[in-house]
Amino acid sequence: MTRSLTVNGHRTEVAASPQTPLLWVLRDELGLTGTKFGCGVASCGACTVHVDGQAVRSCQLPLGEVRGDVTTIEGLGADGLAPLQDAWIRHQVAQCGYCQSGQIMQAADLLAANPDPSDAEIDDAMGGNLCRCGTYSAIRAAIHDAARALRSGGAG
Amino acid sequence: MSRLGKITRRTLLVGAVAVAGGAAFGIYQIRRPVANPLRPEDGATLNPYVIIDRAGISIIAPRAEMGQGVHTTLAALVAEELDADWEQIRVLHGPPAAAYYNAALAHGALPVPEYAMKDWQRSVAHGIGAASKLLGLQVTGGSTSTVDGFERMRRAGASAREALKAVAADRLGVGPDQLRTEAGQVIAPDGREIDYRELAEDAASRPVPQVALRHPYDWKLLGRSLPRSDMRAKATGQAQFSTDIVLPGMKFATVRICPYLGGSMAGFDPAPALAIPGVEQVLDLGDGIAVIASNTWAALQGAEAAQIDWTQSPLPATTGAMFDQIARAFDDRPNSTMRDQGKPDDQSAQLEVEYRVPFLAHSTMEPMGATAHLQDGHLTLWVGNQAPREHLKVAAEAAGLAEENVTLHTVFLGGGFGRRVETDITRQAATIAAKLPGTPIRLTWSREEDMRHDFYRPAAIARMRGAVENGRITLLDAKVAAPSVTRAAIGRLTGRSMGGPDKGHVEGAFDQPYDIPHYRVAGHLADLDVPIGFWRAVGNSFNGFFHESFIDELAHQAGADPLQFRLDHVGPESPVAAGTLEAVRDLSGWGQPLPEGRARGVAMTWSFGTPTAVVIELAREGGAIRIPRAWMACDPGLVLDPGIVRAQMESGLIYGLSAALMGEITFTDGRADQGNFPDYDALRMFNTPQIEVAIVQDNPHMGGVGEPGTPPAMAALANAHFALTGERIRSLPLIRAADYLI
Ligand code: FES
Ligand code: FES
Repeated sequence: MTRSLTVNGHRTEVAASPQTPLLWVLRDELGLTGTKFGCGVASCGACTVHVDGQAVRSCQLPLGEVRGDVTTIEGLGADGLAPLQDAWIRHQVAQCGYCQSGQIMQAADLLAANPDPSDAEIDDAMGGNLCRCGTYSAIRAAIHDAARALRSGGAG
Repeated sequence: MSRLGKITRRTLLVGAVAVAGGAAFGIYQIRRPVANPLRPEDGATLNPYVIIDRAGISIIAPRAEMGQGVHTTLAALVAEELDADWEQIRVLHGPPAAAYYNAALAHGALPVPEYAMKDWQRSVAHGIGAASKLLGLQVTGGSTSTVDGFERMRRAGASAREALKAVAADRLGVGPDQLRTEAGQVIAPDGREIDYRELAEDAASRPVPQVALRHPYDWKLLGRSLPRSDMRAKATGQAQFSTDIVLPGMKFATVRICPYLGGSMAGFDPAPALAIPGVEQVLDLGDGIAVIASNTWAALQGAEAAQIDWTQSPLPATTGAMFDQIARAFDDRPNSTMRDQGKPDDQSAQLEVEYRVPFLAHSTMEPMGATAHLQDGHLTLWVGNQAPREHLKVAAEAAGLAEENVTLHTVFLGGGFGRRVETDITRQAATIAAKLPGTPIRLTWSREEDMRHDFYRPAAIARMRGAVENGRITLLDAKVAAPSVTRAAIGRLTGRSMGGPDKGHVEGAFDQPYDIPHYRVAGHLADLDVPIGFWRAVGNSFNGFFHESFIDELAHQAGADPLQFRLDHVGPESPVAAGTLEAVRDLSGWGQPLPEGRARGVAMTWSFGTPTAVVIELAREGGAIRIPRAWMACDPGLVLDPGIVRAQMESGLIYGLSAALMGEITFTDGRADQGNFPDYDALRMFNTPQIEVAIVQDNPHMGGVGEPGTPPAMAALANAHFALTGERIRSLPLIRAADYLI
């Protein structure tokens, strides 16, 4: 049985069983390995992607329940770098980098809803994203910076 | 340093033996240039660190990039002398090869505190390092990468540059001294530019010219914060980790190994696993199973579903019984007494206390994983690892192949912290690939498998006696008991049993720069077979906590300000270490009155060549305690990339605070009780303090930066807790004693 899925603007057919979490469909069936596995129990955020523009933990979302288009880190800056990715590079955020796809996808969801988040709002939104390298201060600075860039008219 | 007399004499002996042993056979071997392992399909290699092909310049970083920024700094060492364009270079992980031995790893081999080493002792240690080329340990660890690469990699850049110039000089019919180099080009006196790519092939066959290195004043790349070479890939999801390799026809695997550590598998029924859609095979690995499926999810489901009879663990049944076993080590003679000054036995103690710290997991963000493919008798692996030659060897053994029939690619590490020195994942991947010739496999561990099959930071106990008089410590007598990481981990790595005094076991306690007349640190090795291994800062992570907590107790006993008290004792012994205390005092505004419900603690440790002082501030907030702020000052000597140093300091601090606050692995019947982040969490953005870092550069010797932030963070947190609550925490983690915001 196959299901069709739109990922990063491309429609594809997937043969996995409907219980398969979206994470493994992306990584194993579609070869989109930018989305990471960290815990499988919704406690680290490494697997964060967007479904219909909303950040979701792809390790928790069965393929059969995906309603909407999926965007992964590979599709975030479809025409080059997204403003958040630009800010990530300006602030030299990543250390090992393993958590960063999830951090960026979560931050993108925050900025879509809140163009000028306070520190407390950033804390709230990002609390589910663990970084064992401890890059939090750089993440926070990059989010503020990307928010500024977006407000002053940078492309979404 | 006269008080170190005893240690010095012993050092002479140990140092001399080690060097003579290496030298008798060694000098010739050591002086002989190492073979260049690079064989680019296209383009030319000038030495083990530089490949120039049509696409441009690639620099080989012989150490694993696990977040510590080592690719950037090592590549900058080469690029600085080579005059390569930083924006254009590529940085690659080196293949497993003797050429990439880590000589600095042996710098800590002498049983003498690093801060007090004399120049001759440094050169003896360096001799041991050069002898390690014979061992060829290509290990990333011990915060050594930059120290090790500092000369070698600049020399590689300089000699490659000169070889390129020599070729250009011949072509142009001018002397090499008339040529300049800039941004990957040789520039002739008349302004003509010749790209390195046009010269590389001829340059590769030139003898290697030895030239003087540039003075730091002339550096263009080193000494400033460079854009990291891996940043773009990591911000776009393109960076490849162990399980990100996509190969046609790939199958997806996971394992379930006996969780009762030291136990094995009596039998298993694969039927329930095979009933899961997508599961294709269940393989017998001896101490567990591997499940092969059409995707990782199916494999994980299958591994859960399989019925397995485990055999029992030989370990003590409870964590309490494990601690009892560790405590029994105090009954035996110490393995080492590396600090032994005055007459501690003749002194009466005012304070006699015991400290305990738990087992800890590494909990790298990326669970263990690997990709492997056996085809036509050749095994290829992709695995993020900290010891490529050892991984290669283990893979060859597991697959029953000669080493030349194995290729190992080191990919990015999703965190290492010492865990990826261990070869278990590579052994499994090679074993599975060998059972499925022709089929590429991607092996992913569940988080639970990762947490329950770690090589843990050992639990440890310290018994401390101390006394003060007129504001000065008169007695500090410490005994530390723990199973030996050195014996366990180096033994696994080298296949040799390590005898003799174990320095790693007491580092962070015996080697601290305090001026104390009766001062002794004894190490007792516990006989307990929980798998243990290198963990960020290793022995320093527990000894730093013991020593610096106890110094704090003595300061309190003396009625002194804990920071000034440290300065009084550290100043006479090490101005460099005292400088970090002064820097953190000034940075934090130590001593200024704080608002109600706030308090601060301080700690300073010297580890991996870098003294690091930390101040932590705590705040009571709505019935819980929060960590709003932290200040750090470190002195790693000459700094090559301040941005990376700062990031590593923050990272080390957060890693230490996470562990001290909430890290604890306990065991029931030899199985770790914690399996995933909900039971073994770490600091997140909302409970991470705002951190400020001061970098001092007065240390005449370069130190590491990846680990030194971890030990003082743990002690400073507990000391701040005492300042806030009056309660001395002698047993970690802190959340067992108080309500923290987590
Ligand atoms: S893998 Fe999905 S939240 Fe951790
Ligand atoms: S950068 Fe390593 S876990 Fe976040």
